[in-house]
Amino acid sequence: MTEYFKNIFQSVWTILVGMWVTARHLFTPAVTIQYPDVRLKLPERARNRLYVNMDDCIGCFQCDMACPVDCISIETVKSLPTEDLGTTSTGQKKKLWVTKFDIDIAKCCYCALCVYPCPTECIKMTDVYEFAEYDRTNLIYNYVTLTPPEITDVKKRAAEFEKEQAAKKAAAAAAAAQAKAAAAAAAPPNPPPKQGPTPAQPPPTAPVPPKQNS
Amino acid sequence: MEQVLRSILDNNLFVYVVMALVPLVWIVPYALFAVWVERKVSAHMQDRLGPMRTGGWHGWAQTIADILKLIQKEDIVPAAADKKLHLAAPFIVFVGSYAAFAAIPFSSAFVGSNVNIGLFYIIAVSSIVVVGLLMAGWSSNNKWSLLGAMRSAAQIVSYEIPTAIALLAVVMLAGTLNLQDINQQQAGWFWHWYIFRKFPFVFVAFIIYFVASLAETNRTPFDIPEAESELVAGYHTEYSGMKFAIFFLAEYANMFAVSAIASTLFLGGWNSPFGEFMGGPVWGAFWFLTKGMFFVVVQMWLRWTLPRLRVDQLMYVSWKVLTPWAFACILGVGAWMMF
Repeated sequence: MTEYFKNIFQSVWTILVGMWVTARHLFTPAVTIQYPDVRLKLPERARNRLYVNMDDCIGCFQCDMACPVDCISIETVKSLPTEDLGTTSTGQKKKLWVTKFDIDIAKCCYCALCVYPCPTECIKMTDVYEFAEYDRTNLIYNYVTLTPPEITDVKKRAAEFEKEQAAKKAAAAAAAAQAKAAAAAAAPPNPPPKQGPTPAQPPPTAPVPPKQNS
Repeated sequence: MEQVLRSILDNNLFVYVVMALVPLVWIVPYALFAVWVERKVSAHMQDRLGPMRTGGWHGWAQTIADILKLIQKEDIVPAAADKKLHLAAPFIVFVGSYAAFAAIPFSSAFVGSNVNIGLFYIIAVSSIVVVGLLMAGWSSNNKWSLLGAMRSAAQIVSYEIPTAIALLAVVMLAGTLNLQDINQQQAGWFWHWYIFRKFPFVFVAFIIYFVASLAETNRTPFDIPEAESELVAGYHTEYSGMKFAIFFLAEYANMFAVSAIASTLFLGGWNSPFGEFMGGPVWGAFWFLTKGMFFVVVQMWLRWTLPRLRVDQLMYVSWKVLTPWAFACILGVGAWMMF
């Protein structure tokens, strides 16, 4: 019987305690952050969308090589000796036209491994984290500052220069070969290099027995 | 109000229709408002904000948007359902809870039907809700629905006993079942209210009534008929669109009905707490609705405070605690009146 009254008292008492707790919480300021209107400040080293400052890029491929998921693809073209591409903000001389600098941000794993090797600190993480797209191809970010005609122009000029150089080189080589031939005519020819025995093929591996069901 | 209507409309049928629709004019906006309040109260009790965007100021239009959505929704009827019962069930549930409003005095000038057995009528007619719930559960041809409906029936039938007995304590004091008369007997300052008379017997009767009424409206902590963690949604699992909305409306109408009965019988109904100050029929409606809304908010408060009871605990509370204590209250009041 005492148990019965004790139970009733306890239930009434605990209900009152519970109501007191909820009533207090009713007037506690809510912890909700109303996201699109109010945003939390991101931590200083938050890693979100990548950004490349092309003015400072020297096309060194360090970021491309560091990327563990290969989301950065770069193409460079050598500049002509007559062209001056200027210097980066860190004072390095730019020697290459960067004709392609694409980051597939859909592949990016936000590891920031590309950020650290950059010699000019031109690739970095920003605090932008809202870049959803309806089409996956829109997530391939194109950072090149050159326009497509400029790129073809740069490539054409580089190819011409290369050809010119190759022609020059061929001419030089021909001249050198001529000189060499003239010299060789005086000296006896070299003996042919001695050939060693070819290594024996490794024996074919024994066929794997069919797997038994255990 | 009836006389005024008669003089304007000059047709009995119109008068009855208008009189019947007056509580609906209150209930529908109230239900929309109460759903919004419930969401805000629950959110703030959990240190959240609740709806904040729809309509601008604190999401006030959220439930209006919800009801518009529900109106547009497809009305899905399960292939194996009993179509007629499935269609009729939500309406019967709503009729059961709405019929109770016929005898509830909203103000000294307005009561749907000023019958002498008002309280008896309310207790009787609100039992129709059980029929509707059972119909809904049975016709859905779904085990969750049926389990919910059976639990609901068991619960409501058990809790009607302490409810009725607790109300009898007041009926003994008042000597009438007419709710308008019971209200008039509590006129004056708030210490004339029945809850403060024959202390503590009527007060305990009030607590018993309030707890039992929570169970009758299927509100937490007695919401095992629609226990969402066990039964999906109980008897209205298979309902969608407007039929679901009508169940919802019936639940909120029921909440207000039991709150209205509590305030009428124990807290003076449409009487002002301050004697003649702010009295009269219009202020009467204000006091009545305020008291009713207060208890609706208390119901919400309890809902977001207490966890759900187990079925055996539910039966224990009804048969071993509330019913004997309600009898004790009647005995106490009766003995006090005799000596």
